[in-house]
Amino acid sequence: MAALTYDKALEQFDPVFGIEVHVELNTATKMFCGCANQFGAEPNTQVCPVCLGLPGSMPVTNQKAVESAIRLGLSLGCSIRESSRFARKNYFYPDVSKNYQISQYDEPTCFEGSLDVVLDDGSVVTVGIERAHMEEDAGKNTHVGGSGGIQGASHSLVDYNRGGVPLVEIVTHPIEGTAERVAEVARAYVATIRDIVKALGISDGRMEQGSVRADVNLSLRPKAAAGEDQAAVPFGKRSETKNVNSLRAIERAIHHEVVRQAELLLAGQPVVQETRHWHEDTNSTTPGRSKEQAEDYRYFPEPDLLPVEPSREWVEELRGTLPEHPAKMRARLKEEWGFSDTDMRDAVNADALDLIAATIEAGAKPQAARKWWMGELARTANDREVTLRDLAVTPAQVAELQGLVDEGKINDKLARQALEGVLAGEGSPAEVVASRGLEVVSDDSALEAAVDEALAAQPDVLAKIQDGKVQAAGAIVGAVMKATRGQADAGRVREIILARAGVEG
Amino acid sequence: MSSLERSDVARLAALARIDMSDGDLDRLSGQLAVIVDAVAKVAEVAGEDVPATSHPIPLSNIHRDDVVRPSLAQDAALAGAPEAEDGRFRVPQILGEDA
Repeated sequence: MAALTYDKALEQFDPVFGIEVHVELNTATKMFCGCANQFGAEPNTQVCPVCLGLPGSMPVTNQKAVESAIRLGLSLGCSIRESSRFARKNYFYPDVSKNYQISQYDEPTCFEGSLDVVLDDGSVVTVGIERAHMEEDAGKNTHVGGSGGIQGASHSLVDYNRGGVPLVEIVTHPIEGTAERVAEVARAYVATIRDIVKALGISDGRMEQGSVRADVNLSLRPKAAAGEDQAAVPFGKRSETKNVNSLRAIERAIHHEVVRQAELLLAGQPVVQETRHWHEDTNSTTPGRSKEQAEDYRYFPEPDLLPVEPSREWVEELRGTLPEHPAKMRARLKEEWGFSDTDMRDAVNADALDLIAATIEAGAKPQAARKWWMGELARTANDREVTLRDLAVTPAQVAELQGLVDEGKINDKLARQALEGVLAGEGSPAEVVASRGLEVVSDDSALEAAVDEALAAQPDVLAKIQDGKVQAAGAIVGAVMKATRGQADAGRVREIILARAGVEG
Repeated sequence: MSSLERSDVARLAALARIDMSDGDLDRLSGQLAVIVDAVAKVAEVAGEDVPATSHPIPLSNIHRDDVVRPSLAQDAALAGAPEAEDGRFRVPQILGEDA
């Protein structure tokens, strides 16, 4: 059989997908105890009897996490349950020390919402939200021996710092009717969730650090015959691809599963309902647990926690704190900033909107802010294989740098050198300009001396200029710029040359 | 009514990672069935007008402020671990399953 392509597969099958997104909240403390919720600490230094699951310890709900979950639910158009409770999800795996994860089961806090997702071409897909519930994160396993994976490992090591970190899990209803745009819609949905949690300020939204993680369910069903209702065709068996942790990977995982399942179906083989693992390096999935045998979590109400019953007043108060929908905000900013469609899309894709906004806030003009983040800084980030926000420069510093250019203290070339200094940790733009001696030479006596020296070296130029060949001055400007290592104000140098020649500029 | 079969007990044992012999299963399915039946009696008493409850005490919204409290030191956290390595809990091979 010739290799099937994604497009060919979708000519024959209709995709249905669903996504579970886990959002790690940026509360100061964990969901059920006062341990710090902070990424990157030494292993097992942010743990206590509660999050280690030691006998006799009692969890207490973090008010801020409940507030964040409700605000997220409201942003997704969900209803907020008047009384919701926690449940124990029982399973044996060393990343949960209690042998259960505290989650929500039959009474999630937020349920039945919908979210408008705007695609690149401006078309809108409305995604149904089944629920958004609170739960705790698990610890982190490191497999030792073998190739670092679970297979062939001699033993595993567990760090529980992440155990108990508050999560909100958002579950969609099955999303139908996206046809050949299925991968694009899936990506845009997760991007929208990421933008919303950042706008709400409840998570840093950093997918590369696992702050937003997605599990992607996908099934294929035969295309309905002409004139038949596609929605009447029953769903096929689905796979669930776990831990797809970048926007690009979401698109790729969908591509992979569409092709894999279509190949099976065309060969007359069944698609197995199972969990699959995403492999970033090979852009493929491999089977994990089969659902039937493994998924028996024996949920039951968590006896150590009391119901969450948010008052209607509080819910309405929280509704009043919701930010603008990211798509609306983008449309508004595009207008305010005077960006083209391309400018805007590039900035969004580079995850630079808030950086540009903060730079403008700090005083830079929109196009100047865009130029720095999408130009020099994007190149630097790309070269170093990091994200823009990993660079050691703040939006305020970028605005300050542009301010120095606008004041004529430095030119663009010197500004890039100053930026290099800032990135190297040499201080603020003004400090780097001072310490590296980058300021444009605007002292006329110094420039005049340099001009005279250059004129002496090229004695014919002055006569040419006096003959009306003003462009000949370029050679002298070049020589002066070279002599001053680019730190002269070229316009001023030109004025001096013309004055020496006795002609008007 | 006896609602618990021997196969249910075998399944629960497997889910709970408890290795049970045939003798254990025979003995325990009888004993557990008695307990389940006793609990079922209580269910008979509750009419449809009695809502299921997960808490005997009528309290709700007991929350904690989002304020950091000291955690255990690493050595204290690991003190009760059967084995530790590199500041982490050391656990045996995890086989036959994936996270």
